[in-house]
Amino acid sequence: MTTALSTTPGGLTTGRSTMTTTPTTARLGKITVRHFDFYYGEAKVLHGIDLDIPERQVTALIGPSGCGKSTFVRSINRMNDIIPEARGEGVIEIDGKNIYAGGTDVVELRRRVGMVFQKSNPFPKSIYDNVAYGLKIGGTRNKRALNDAVEKSLQRAALWEEVKDRLQESALALSGGQQQRLCIARALAVDPEILLMDEPASALDPIATTKIEELIWELKENYTIVIVTHNMQQAARVSDLTAFFMLGKVIEFGDTKKIFMNPREKMTEDYVTGRFG
Amino acid sequence: MGMFSNRRRSSDDGSFRVVTGAFAALVLLAVAGIGFELSRQSMLSIRRFGMSFWTGTTWDPVSGVFGALPFIWGTLYSSILALLIATPIALGIAIFISELSPRFLRQPLSYLTELLAAIPSIVYGLWGIFVLVPIVRKLELSAPDAIRKLALFKGPPLGVGMGTAALILAVMVIPFTSSVAREILKNVPTAQREAAYALGATRWEAIKVAIGYGKSGIIGSIMLGFGRALGETMAVTMVIGNNPQVTASLFAPQYTMAAVIANEFTEAADDLYLNALVEIGLVLFIITIAINALSRLLIWSMEKRSSRPMAIVPLLEEQPAQ
Repeated sequence: MTTALSTTPGGLTTGRSTMTTTPTTARLGKITVRHFDFYYGEAKVLHGIDLDIPERQVTALIGPSGCGKSTFVRSINRMNDIIPEARGEGVIEIDGKNIYAGGTDVVELRRRVGMVFQKSNPFPKSIYDNVAYGLKIGGTRNKRALNDAVEKSLQRAALWEEVKDRLQESALALSGGQQQRLCIARALAVDPEILLMDEPASALDPIATTKIEELIWELKENYTIVIVTHNMQQAARVSDLTAFFMLGKVIEFGDTKKIFMNPREKMTEDYVTGRFG
Repeated sequence: MGMFSNRRRSSDDGSFRVVTGAFAALVLLAVAGIGFELSRQSMLSIRRFGMSFWTGTTWDPVSGVFGALPFIWGTLYSSILALLIATPIALGIAIFISELSPRFLRQPLSYLTELLAAIPSIVYGLWGIFVLVPIVRKLELSAPDAIRKLALFKGPPLGVGMGTAALILAVMVIPFTSSVAREILKNVPTAQREAAYALGATRWEAIKVAIGYGKSGIIGSIMLGFGRALGETMAVTMVIGNNPQVTASLFAPQYTMAAVIANEFTEAADDLYLNALVEIGLVLFIITIAINALSRLLIWSMEKRSSRPMAIVPLLEEQPAQ
């Protein structure tokens, strides 16, 4: 990993200085990342990540396959904890509290930081039970509270109109795009503050993708969203800020417009213009 | 012939299909053949006793009266008891190995549980006689009178009997159920567990999600154990006491279908006796198929409710009489 880095020309060392630069408009930092490294066993896959992710904005993480953007997004809710021999070092603060500090309640953390995965993964239960799952394990037993939350979440995920008459049907009977919106609704039901999305539309057709993108746009009113995407048009369409990852480092981070129109780094320009990756 | 020629021809596909199809048909034929032959060989007894063979409680070769109810009872009762003991333990083992155990323990534990399945049933029987029976007898003798009065624990403290048979069956069933259940859990997609974790699930809650996903397969694994218990002969014969009676008592010596066939087949002197024994085999065959069909139906209705494609569901295996 390190040898590969040193032989790669250009941009890498200067990249460091750009990423700590606060974006031009003053925004409230929701997630603050400082010198964050990540290892799978011996292999170091993230190198000193520094990022300030603002509240109620969409931050896109782009970069070629294997650049560490998925590993990074899965570090924000400590989803990587379930992988044996994976470990993170450094600081990721949410509202000023380091989630990698000892004594962090991971269960509590994941209820505040929702996640939507690349492939929709509904449970083999009814639509209703899928959305209500997070609340039920959280201890909500009140039927009315559950009903309200299910309806509200499905509405927020723009799925309510399509499923309101068949809430008791199996979630697996839904189309791919509907299943992904169901997974978004399921994540929203526990009322998180942050929503992590790991290539949420990569397995969907263009129409379903458009729906998800419109949804992301609406959701940022209430949620801080971090989205990993392979699709640069998508990043340009939905995000306010963009971080460009490469070989486990953040090369450049800033306003999406600037990253795409006028990047500071040559490598960023090469990537967003499709010269590699 | 086409299969062995050097040139590739599409007709090879045809002959391949015919050959494999024939093998598949052989299975059906074997099942039908067994059923037919068992009925033919027990005609004498079927004609004589009709349905009363299933409900009669007298088994008297000397006066030529044959009723199979005590054996049917013994087989079902011992198998159900074994299932009740074995299922929680087997699922516990499966969950531990697939979800909780440290990595380096996984393989050795899997091998060890599968090793239990490889031990010949006669060895289990000997172990039962020399180890389990004395222990059970001690337990029976030390049981207070108040307990001995309960229907479940009535009878002489012999050590051999229904309880001992159920225990030994449970030990024999555990490796089957646990290894299949372990495979089912292993095949639950990581995405399912991740979905649960991402919603703030604890480890146990995520395991419950995995179990829910593999529900039908796990029921299949339990039924596999049941099938194994129904047909088990040797070990049970050695510890159950071989006394045909219909009683709920765990201390009482009882009898199973497989055990009576194994014990009495060589000494069945007259045709009616022999026919009656074969008919017991037929009854065992029918019950096994019926239970197999019922569990399929159960799994199928569950699959339909969750409209998920069929999970890997192990077939009930019929155990050859040993």
